[in-house]
Parts: sequence; structure tokens; C-alpha cells
Amino acid sequence: MKRALLATLLLISLPLAGFAASSGYPLDHIEPDIHNKASLQSGLQTYMNYCMGCHSLQYQRYKRTADDLGIPEDLMLEHIVFDPEGQIGELMTNTLSAEHAKAFFGAAPPDLTLHSNLKGGPDWIYTYLRTFYLDDSRPLGVNNLVFENVGMPHVLAGLQGTQVRPECMQLPQKASNGGVMRDPLTDEAMTTETCGQEIVDAGYYPLELVEDSGSLTPEAYDQVIYDLANFMYYVGEPARIDRTRIGVYVLLFLAFFYVFAWLLGREYQKEFHKT
Amino acid sequence: MATLGQSLKGVMDWVDARLPVTETYEKHMTKYWAPKNFNIWYVFGVLATVVLVNQLLTGIWLTMSYVPTGEGAFASVEYIMRDVEYGWMLRYMHSTGASAFFVVVYLHMFRGLMYGSYQKPRELIWVLGMLIYLALMAEGFFGYLLPWGNMSYWGAQVIVSLAGAIPVVGDDLMTWVRGDFNMSGITLNRFFALHVVLVPLALIVLVFLHILALHEVGSNNPDGVDIKKHTDEMGKPLDGIQFHPFYTIGHDLPAIILFLFVFCAVMFFYPDGGGYFIEHPNYEPADPLKTPELIAPVWYYTPYYSMLRAATFPLFGMTAKFWGLVVMAGAIAILFVVPWLDRSPVRSMRYKGLPSKIFLALLVISFCILGYLGTVHPTAGRTVLAQICTAIYFSYFLLMPWYTAVEKTKPVPERVTP
Repeated sequence: MKRALLATLLLISLPLAGFAASSGYPLDHIEPDIHNKASLQSGLQTYMNYCMGCHSLQYQRYKRTADDLGIPEDLMLEHIVFDPEGQIGELMTNTLSAEHAKAFFGAAPPDLTLHSNLKGGPDWIYTYLRTFYLDDSRPLGVNNLVFENVGMPHVLAGLQGTQVRPECMQLPQKASNGGVMRDPLTDEAMTTETCGQEIVDAGYYPLELVEDSGSLTPEAYDQVIYDLANFMYYVGEPARIDRTRIGVYVLLFLAFFYVFAWLLGREYQKEFHKT
Repeated sequence: MATLGQSLKGVMDWVDARLPVTETYEKHMTKYWAPKNFNIWYVFGVLATVVLVNQLLTGIWLTMSYVPTGEGAFASVEYIMRDVEYGWMLRYMHSTGASAFFVVVYLHMFRGLMYGSYQKPRELIWVLGMLIYLALMAEGFFGYLLPWGNMSYWGAQVIVSLAGAIPVVGDDLMTWVRGDFNMSGITLNRFFALHVVLVPLALIVLVFLHILALHEVGSNNPDGVDIKKHTDEMGKPLDGIQFHPFYTIGHDLPAIILFLFVFCAVMFFYPDGGGYFIEHPNYEPADPLKTPELIAPVWYYTPYYSMLRAATFPLFGMTAKFWGLVVMAGAIAILFVVPWLDRSPVRSMRYKGLPSKIFLALLVISFCILGYLGTVHPTAGRTVLAQICTAIYFSYFLLMPWYTAVEKTKPVPERVTP
């Protein structure tokens, strides 16, 4: 009886794992730049190599991406469209079926075309992809600061390396004036042991990188993720490029038109003062 | 040989003998005498017409590519945003237009309250205007479901479930409205039909009647004086001027361009209005198993949504939700009877007493606070604030017969002031 109850509880709680809420970890801010084509191309490359297998971009077409990113169609077909029979005008879908995906990860990996819009900008994905850490309690061995108990493996671990989350850290001790407290004799910064959530609350990064575990330096990895986040920002609304360009001309035209409308209106308003 | 002008006149005479084109044009445009003292508050009716035309035209073109089914709706909106030529512009004009419509209509209504434009003999203009406002809210509500995003889905779910608070018939009514036991593609299809056919038709008819009624009795003005009292020997009001071309070009055209400037600035550079015009959770498809963290309606409904949530206790054996529904419906319904609540001998706020001014200011402040509260999570403190603001909102209307009757008014001039 007890075992049946436990099994039922487990069954009920399993699907919920996929819906774990965001943790409230403060996001790092980046300024996306949709006019930086080199960055967008690098982001596309990373996306196709590491993300596309599970996360489709089903509302976006290869041709649109190629045109907007300045990639010639033949190169796009050769290097980006993995399906040998794929056409340039096709939607950027993958072959992972929803049933399989659900069986593999517990929850189907979502389509990411609109992910940046959904999260209100690229900051979420930028922070998320840099904050995976080892966690033996999780089925895939990793956890994430931004998305607690996420069902996704750290796909980019080969690039970034492995991060661990120490229970406690030696952090600089705050003085009463807000600065770092120093030893009055040696002038060395004094540290204090800080543990768990307090590390985050104090504004420190709670993860440590295992040295030489990844193929990229932290700076190079951050750049790769910036480019990827930038690309996802672009793909969330490709029309943004046209929209902001045309918008400038529309506003200039209206401002110009207003001058003449105002002058014309003034002529007519003279009639108001006649009796 | 007849000149071109003579031939055109011949054609017009022929038409006029069969259809009163010239007569109608003169009655509503070139010989419609509008008071000379209109100020900036008098452009919002024209602007509402501009937005209405925008909504109708962009709506028609959006319909050409939109797929009104549960399976296809969400993807078809992205198809419009990416694959249809200038589809993104059509959609943003439509979504920004929805918010712009409410901005100008709220300002238009405030003008009416401020200058007493609802008073005799303009009661019907006001009532027709309120019907337009009601139709507009319905139009916005039905339209918001169509992208079939997750906020579309859950927002509609919350509002439809309000019907469930009605005793006895509630549950059946809910099923009847949805056409299903849950929000589904069937609901989407009927909301689409209502959004693109029934409500727009009603809106056009109501706007037509609103203007017809206005042109029958003539426009009010910031002084609230009757310009028809002083006319020349031809019957033309001394303080009036032809609506066209003096107001259309001298007054409205520059205002329309200014409005378009602001509209385009938002539409091209902040089309989702920071999450207030297009809410972030609406970028994922409707999912009956995934409730958004915070379900909030679009900003133009949030004052009423706050009032709905402000009712927190059951009364007389009815649930709190039922009373919330009553408060919300009452808040809209009470607007209809304003012409009969105002007992002031003067129309304009310029000549009304201090109590009228204070109550109107409080109405605006409480309405804005309620609007803000409707966009955030309710807490105990916020609920109390919402209850206070709801009380202030209703006091403006319910106490109006009293404060407009007892307050001391200023003398109204005979003619309009320049």
C-alpha cells in the first residue's frame, strides 16, 4: 500500500519537473546588435551545431536567415541545411519527434524561434547557457542557476568546461562603509565564509570553473554565447531590421509633413478670429 | 460646347436628383457649424475615426493570411510576421491601433465628462458613445484570443469563466459561450467570426448613429454655451464656423499628423509596448496545461479587472467572484446613466464648483491606480488600495446628483470665450 502511494506520488510529480519555475537568479545584461552580421552568423553556426538537434526554429525559413545574415544561398545549403534534399525556402525544423523528445528528456524541448520574445530579451538565454554546474542529484548530472532542475543537459560543456558549485566560499568581508574590510596590520583584504544562497545574495558568482576542462577560455565562451543570444534575438523577430530602418524614414516624413500642415492650418485658423 | 465644369455639374445634378449627395455633404461638412472655441480636447473624436479606419483596413489584410483554427492560428501569425510582405507592419498597425483606440477613446470620454457634453440635449450621443465603448471592449477581447498565444488563451479563459459566477445557469452559460467544455479551437472560430463580422458591423453602425445624433443637436464646446442662441439673419450661428474646411484642415490635420507621429514611434520602435500591448507569455502557443505566472488582461481592461479582484468576500449567500462580476459590470453600466446623474445648471467644468472638479480629478486618479493594480500580482495591501479606489470611482457617479446640485456654480457667458 505504502509503495503504491509512493509510486503514485512519484508519477504525479514527474511531469511537473518539466515546468520548474525560474529561480530568480539575477540575469546578466547584454546589448544585442542585429546589425553585427559576423556575430549573427557565429550565433547561427553555434545554434545549428549544438541546439538544432532538439530545438527547432519552425517559424523561420533558411532563405530568410541567409538573406538577413548575408550568407550566399549555396553556402547556406552546403553548411547549414543538414538535410541533403533540403530546400532553401524550407522552415528550419528538425527530425526529433515530440514523442521521442518527451521520452528522452521528460518534457519535449520547446521550439525556440520566439524564445527571446517570450523572455523579454536575450538576457535570459545569455545567463542560462553560462550557469550550468555539476549536480549529482539530477538525472543528467547537471543543474542550472537560472532554470532550476532543468531537464536539459549542458550541451556546450565541451566548450565551456565544467563548473562546480561549492557549498561555501571565502568572500571579501564588507566594511561598514560598504568597501572591502582590510586587515589593519597587513592591509590584506579580509574574507569571510559565505554559504549557499547568501553567495548569490551578496552579488557573487557562486560557480567555479574546473581548470582546463573546456576548449575555450571563459572570455571566448562568453563571446560564443553572446553571439548565440544575439542570433536568437534576431530570429525572434527578423522584421526588426526593416522595422527600425523604415521607422526612421516614416518619422522624418511625418515631421516634415507636420511643418506644412501646421502652416496650412494657420492660414485657415485666421478665419476663426473674424466675426 | 459645354466646359468640363458644366459637365461635372450636370452629372452632380443628375445624381442629386436621385441621391442627396451634395445635401448630405453640406449638412455634415461644409455647412455644419462647429463652435469656434474648440481646444485640443476636441481632436480625439476625429482621431478615433482615424484609428477605426486603420483597424478596419489592416484587419481586412490580416484576415487574408490568418488561419482561424486551433492548429494553425499561432503559426499563421508568425507567417504574417515573417513571410507575408509587410505583414509585420499590418499586424503591428493593428495591435498598436487597438491600444491607440483605447487611448483616444478614454481621452474623448474624459473630454465629455469635463465639459458636460452628455447633458441635455446630448444624452443620446453619450449613450451611443457608451455603446461604442462597450462594443470596442468586446472587439478587443475577441481579438486578443486570435493569436492563440498562451496569454490569449488564459486571459479569455479567466473572462469567460466569469460567466460561471452567475448562479444556476453559470456553468451552462460558460459551455454555451465557449461552444465546448474547455477553451478550444471551436471557441477560437466563433471569436473570429464575432471579431471580424458582427462587432465591426455594430461598431460602424453605432459610430454612424453617434455622428448623426451629434450633427442633429450640434457640438458642445469648452464653455458649454449654446451657439445656436445667437445667429445672423441667415440662421448661421455667430460663434460657429464651417466644420470643413476650417476644422478639418485648420485644426484636425496637424493634430492627426502629430498623433501619427506618436503612433508610428510606438509601432516601429516599441510595438509590444514593453509587454503591455503584446504580453510576453503570448509568444508561446496556447497551452491548457501551462498557466502563465501572472494572468493580466491588456492595459485597457485592467481598471475593471482590479475592481473584479477587489471583491474578496461573499455576501448574501453569493460568492465573492459573483460580487466581483457585479462590481465590474456596474462600473461600466453606471457610465450609461451619467446624463441623468448630473443636476448641474452648467455644463462645463469651467463654471462648475470645486466639488465637481475634485470628484473628476479623483475619478481619473483612482481609474489610473486601478489600471496599474490590474497589471500586477494582488497583495493584501494592493487589494485594500483597489477597494478604496473602487469606492472612489463609484462615489464620482453615485454622489453626482448631490454635489452637482448643492455646489455653487459660476455664471456662464452668453457667447463663447475666445
